[in-house]
Amino acid sequence: MTEDPTVIMMGEDIAAAGGPFKVTEGLLAVHGPQRVIDTPISEMAFMGAAVGAAVCGLKPIVEMMFIEFIGVALDQLTTQAATMRYLSRGKLTTPLVVRASAGAGQGFGCQHSQMLDHWFRGTPGLKVCVTSNARTTYGLLRSAIEDPDPVVVLEPRILYAEREEYEFDSSYRISLGRAEIVKAGKDATLLACGAMVRVAKEAAENSSADIEVIDMLTLWPWDRDTIMESVSRTGRLVTLEEATAGNGWGAEVVSSVAVEAFGSLKAPPHRITLPDAPVPYSGKLEARFLPSAAYVAEQVSALVSTNKTPMPWWRNAA
Amino acid sequence: MTLSNSNSPLARREALDDRLEQLRRMIEIRFVEERIQKLFAEGHVRGSTHLASGQEGVSVGIARSIDPDDIVTCTYRGHGHALALGLTPAGVIGEICGRVIGCAGGVGGSMHLVEPAIGLLPTAAIIGAGLPIACGAALAARARGTDRVAVAIFGDGSANIGAFHESLNFAAIQKLPVVFVCENNLYGEYTRIQLSTPVEDIAIRAASYNMPGVIVDGQDADKVAEAMATAVARARRGEGPSLVEMKTYRYSGHSRSDPATYRPAGELDAWLKRDPIDIFAERLTAETLLAAGGLDSLKTEVREAVETATAEVLDSPAPELGEIMAHVGAYSAGGDQRHLFWSN
Ligand SMILES: Cc1ncc(C[n+]2csc(CCOP(=O)(O)OP(=O)(O)O)c2C)c(N)n1
Repeated sequence: MTEDPTVIMMGEDIAAAGGPFKVTEGLLAVHGPQRVIDTPISEMAFMGAAVGAAVCGLKPIVEMMFIEFIGVALDQLTTQAATMRYLSRGKLTTPLVVRASAGAGQGFGCQHSQMLDHWFRGTPGLKVCVTSNARTTYGLLRSAIEDPDPVVVLEPRILYAEREEYEFDSSYRISLGRAEIVKAGKDATLLACGAMVRVAKEAAENSSADIEVIDMLTLWPWDRDTIMESVSRTGRLVTLEEATAGNGWGAEVVSSVAVEAFGSLKAPPHRITLPDAPVPYSGKLEARFLPSAAYVAEQVSALVSTNKTPMPWWRNAA
Repeated sequence: MTLSNSNSPLARREALDDRLEQLRRMIEIRFVEERIQKLFAEGHVRGSTHLASGQEGVSVGIARSIDPDDIVTCTYRGHGHALALGLTPAGVIGEICGRVIGCAGGVGGSMHLVEPAIGLLPTAAIIGAGLPIACGAALAARARGTDRVAVAIFGDGSANIGAFHESLNFAAIQKLPVVFVCENNLYGEYTRIQLSTPVEDIAIRAASYNMPGVIVDGQDADKVAEAMATAVARARRGEGPSLVEMKTYRYSGHSRSDPATYRPAGELDAWLKRDPIDIFAERLTAETLLAAGGLDSLKTEVREAVETATAEVLDSPAPELGEIMAHVGAYSAGGDQRHLFWSN
């Protein structure tokens, strides 16, 4: 915001209160109420205002608090913003960022615990990122703000409570559409994003197999080159999703790998997902609902040692 | 004192005809919420809770003026409404603690209370979500030839969302039997109403939709009940919806993590002087229904009942893993439950 005066922020309680998760704390004092704007509970209005402002020269960042709240404003993002470039044959762009907390694990119940990335991945014209720590949040947000098109940046809300020292270099960026290998390995490629990245890393450390862990970072468009290259080296693919099985991002990746890299696979691709159910509230249930590092290690090890896909836990639960 | 301490939501609802029970229920709401706060500190509650201390008069006033088979939609700030409508303390505390004894079996949590037996649809955690659903309940009531009404309860902040305006318009055009109840507690999260809403009274918005808009002292359960009775009767007569605004106040912050430092000094104290429980207790004393010392013994009795319910909750297990998939959709247990509300 300091470097680019066209960047503005809008959202509920983001200015005077510094944000319900304190992700905007201090911004009002520096940039003033014309650029850091508290809105009424009127998501359709401010999401749509962001679209209008973006088309007319600003770079708005919309803070949605919980990604679920965008449901009441979805038209403005998925049907208006996402089609602006297409319908104007490239004469209009919508440099707009939607940032929101996402994901489960804190006992917020089923209407405050979803990822919902599939809503946005399914919309041509939108880019979708998921951050996994302070560094990737900074790097992705900087790129998203500079991107000429609408970008949804999902931040795992479970990570807000954690603290990490990160020395900001204002030139640092993570290119949208690029994945990162966070741990090299040769027996299997384990893809994850958001809060699942550290689960994947811990699982890799606890597995007998030598697992390559990749942080997806951008779910649409996703980094085909890095992933195809990795899978063709390791011969095995596991996706670890904090999303329900049906239509999760892993389905897209697995089908592409099956089509394009079938010959290099030693085992069927495997998806570790949530069961197709809303997020349960009760602590014991939610803890089981989310893949743990131990469970992921067990699943990946089983795949590597047998070359057969292990069953998910919930097949036998009911 | 012969007050209902029944464990059946329906019986508890019916007991609300009694004036002492009305007072008792307000005290129960206050104490259940205090206990929930303590359970939070003790580590039994996850996520967040949104207390409604100070708003008990609204809850009890609404509950006593509608029938158990009228339909209610309400928000995450719904502990008080759920108890007033008849949910048991164990059903509410149990849900908030994620135990099987909870009204949703522990899978819903604080923001998702439910009891079809008393017309309470699952409370919604998305602002405005309940208003269109109430319109649908009203459509169903009319289509099925009943004189049931639907009541949608929401906050002042919610009156700035599209669903509010669309629902009022739709209900008015269709003359639906809906009562829209706005609990104006002056704040939406950390923002005072003046900073989010260009009018002081939400009720005046009724004019745009050609329906009655009334302003009610929400601290006075009798005034709440009176206004509700008028709106409900109008709806039952087929004359259409009303917007009823309850002026009230939440004593606590928005949720557990909010110390409410944004409130002007003295505001809370001024509202505490108009406490809905005190106001109602004084009224019952004047009506000679409450003897000297009656309020204290009522409080003692309720506190014990809440402790008993809490003990029951803490004895209740967490749900089994099978509950995750048990009621997801077409493949889960129970079949079609649409007719439950209308079967009697
Ligand atoms: C669509 C949507 N936007 C934002 C939120 C976050 N949120 C939860 S409560 C709240 C304030 C609601 O204020 P009001 O309607 O006045 O009800 P009160 O909390 O005062 O009872 C907000 C903004 C939400 N739950 N849903």
